[in-house]
Amino acid sequence: MTRRVVITGFGVRAPGGSGAAAFWDLLTSGRTATRRISFFDPSPYRSQIAAEADFDAAAEGLTPREIRRMDRAAQFAVVCAREAVADSGLDVGALDPHRVGVSLGSAVAAASSLEQEYLVLSDAGRQWEVDPGFLSAHMFDYLVPSVMPAEVAWTVGAEGPVAMVSNGCTSGLDSVGHAVQLIHEGSADVMLAGAADTPITPIVVACFDAIKATTPRNDDPEHASRPFDGSRNGFVLAEGAAMFVLEEYESARRRGARVYAEIAGYATRCNAYHMTGLKTDGREMAEAIRVALAQARTDAGAVDYINAHGSGTKQNDRHETAAFKRSLGETARKVPVSSIKSMVGHSLGAIGSIEIAASMLAIEHNVVPPTANLHRADPECDLDYVPLVAREKQVDTVLTVGSGFGGFQSAMVLRAPEAEAA
Amino acid sequence: MSVRTLVTGLGVVAPNGLGVERYWEAVLEGRSGIAPLTRFDVSAYPATLAGQIQDLLIEDHLPSRLLPQTDVSTRFALIAAEWALGDAKVDPSTMTDYGMGVVTANACGGFEFTHREFRKLWTQGSKSVSVYESFAWFYAVNTGQISIRHGMRGPSSALVAEQAGGLDAIGHARRTIRRGTPLMVTGGVDSAFDPWGWASQIAGGGVSRSTDPQGAYLPFDRAASGYVPGEGGALLVLEDAELAMARGLPEVYGEICGYASTFDPPPDSGRPPGLRRAAELALSDAGLAPDDVDVVFADAAGRPDLDRAEAEAIRGLFGAHGVPVTAPKTLTGRLYSGGGPLDVVTALRTLTEGVIPPTYGPSDVPREYGLDLVVDEPREGRPGTALILARGRWGFNAAVVVRRFTG
Repeated sequence: MTRRVVITGFGVRAPGGSGAAAFWDLLTSGRTATRRISFFDPSPYRSQIAAEADFDAAAEGLTPREIRRMDRAAQFAVVCAREAVADSGLDVGALDPHRVGVSLGSAVAAASSLEQEYLVLSDAGRQWEVDPGFLSAHMFDYLVPSVMPAEVAWTVGAEGPVAMVSNGCTSGLDSVGHAVQLIHEGSADVMLAGAADTPITPIVVACFDAIKATTPRNDDPEHASRPFDGSRNGFVLAEGAAMFVLEEYESARRRGARVYAEIAGYATRCNAYHMTGLKTDGREMAEAIRVALAQARTDAGAVDYINAHGSGTKQNDRHETAAFKRSLGETARKVPVSSIKSMVGHSLGAIGSIEIAASMLAIEHNVVPPTANLHRADPECDLDYVPLVAREKQVDTVLTVGSGFGGFQSAMVLRAPEAEAA
Repeated sequence: MSVRTLVTGLGVVAPNGLGVERYWEAVLEGRSGIAPLTRFDVSAYPATLAGQIQDLLIEDHLPSRLLPQTDVSTRFALIAAEWALGDAKVDPSTMTDYGMGVVTANACGGFEFTHREFRKLWTQGSKSVSVYESFAWFYAVNTGQISIRHGMRGPSSALVAEQAGGLDAIGHARRTIRRGTPLMVTGGVDSAFDPWGWASQIAGGGVSRSTDPQGAYLPFDRAASGYVPGEGGALLVLEDAELAMARGLPEVYGEICGYASTFDPPPDSGRPPGLRRAAELALSDAGLAPDDVDVVFADAAGRPDLDRAEAEAIRGLFGAHGVPVTAPKTLTGRLYSGGGPLDVVTALRTLTEGVIPPTYGPSDVPREYGLDLVVDEPREGRPGTALILARGRWGFNAAVVVRRFTG
């Protein structure tokens, strides 16, 4: 008898407003949260745009010591974890801590703190042999970022399996998938799962500049993220986090928990092709989708909405369009597909979890978020991408996918709590 | 009936030996890889000893096109993976599509590479940053590069849990096999011996400041004063037993028969740390009792409070002097994500060779620890089952149980 896994609570911090209500309001309005970078002077960079979150750590309830010791990404994760637990109504103190675990995704983890410390230690880059006299006591925590899931574990009192899944841009799907597997096999009953990344810092901006992955549309930041549009020319870097309370279905039901969605299927594959490049045929993403649907015992025809990776790079949007056609056949042409990265940008390891939150809310509200800035689709991207305006629709089953450097291709199937497997 | 997971290939890049045979010889002979760090002038730093990989000519092992795009840690990982797959005599063309995956642990990412790119950014400007920086740095780099080099398109992942991460990777690879993927490459490798990486490790507070290579890392000894950081690690090939037999079983090193991970309670809870519980859960996962364990490979933190806590966990589970305990990692230093996998390799050779390698260094172990620590000389025997323990900073605990393969 397979254990089933459901989402019973969530917390999200994304660009464009703080908290869950503001997040969903932005996604359904079709507004965008992309802007000229304000965290530092972006003028030396090719891409000067980002989706920054207006995050006030003190107002979020973090203590001065927590703010001092935690990298920004860890702060996001902890705030979202606390919110997720509160939202779930779980009395964590009454749980067996040994049965509670954490699975946190992040692609570049403490990048912004690393950069701050680097500038001090190296005297703004002048010294290769850095001066240990200027070492911060927290430098090791930035070198080895597994302190981030540890912070989440401390804040929720988890003493079961605690993991950090760092699979680049699929981290936020894979960390939740990892947690699902732990509940399936019985290693935990409750998992705090999700992802956080706060990569808007010069080194990360520069490394995407170097490969022209981010958009240089600096004169029009609000309309810079254009997934599936013929004029798209790269993604917009972003930050954010989302955390979920995942529970074994029967115990969630017994306690009368509110169930947002069941995580009915998850799979990941690698393309074994190139660290950053994608083959046009979408073969491995199609396989991940096929396996995730099979696990969910769901026919392609039952998918009501596809939450796309839709990063807005030339190669990605064609790659995944091909993957949808390959895995879903005719259904690919009928089902709405959209990219919330058009509005909240691409927060690397975090976005997979933020997109799970969007998918879950699409089920909750029976509304499909749109793809903003989509005026004239690329002829090779010929599906229904829900341009500009959100769409009301009965949404019971959502497919959400991710694609990342290293060749990772992941897919997850979410299902409305009342919708049983066929 | 659950799937059995066999280890069919080993690849070792360790400070005291390249390749599993050289490494195993070094372990039995007590040859240490710990010496003053030579990658840069360490004289201004408060710690100077490290377990450094020596005499590895990367160009002899990797195609030149991979060199500009890889950090030294990724080069070690690629070499170890190739050795492990060669050892397992895997012919990828005979494997089913999506039948091979990769799970690696990583603690520091491509740190020396990224240090150079930080420096270029801040001294020469953003246009000087390498086109490879975006993926040479991140923690999934070794998984991605191994996957690409060997055409492994099955379920794959990268995990971070400081020194516990390597055992977590092996545990997750075994999980992936049990969920239907026939073959996994797994393990971990780390290296951060550039000046910034070195300083960052010192900042953690656990690094020994001793300048005596024989006395700097003395786990369980009264004189324990910290650990010596090392680089390198090990990658292993794990296979579904039935499918491995179907392809004409190669040499089998043993079976991964148990795994668990736990997290410590908060430091102020008054409750014991989670290491013993990880060991108990791993044994229970293996369907074994403490009596079945013939040798324990300890985490061996080298800090008195942590050593005492580990001794308590082992004594609590096995009784005083209840099981031989060893930590050959005093010859390599602590390798972060490479440490657990290298210990698993050592444990597997211990089972196949019938000899427990000693812990070189400690001579004054407090009696109240109740440890049967194997010291000075290898101990002959016929161990059939080994327990490997690892702890990652901040409270991570992991345990793996391996058993001699008996067909």
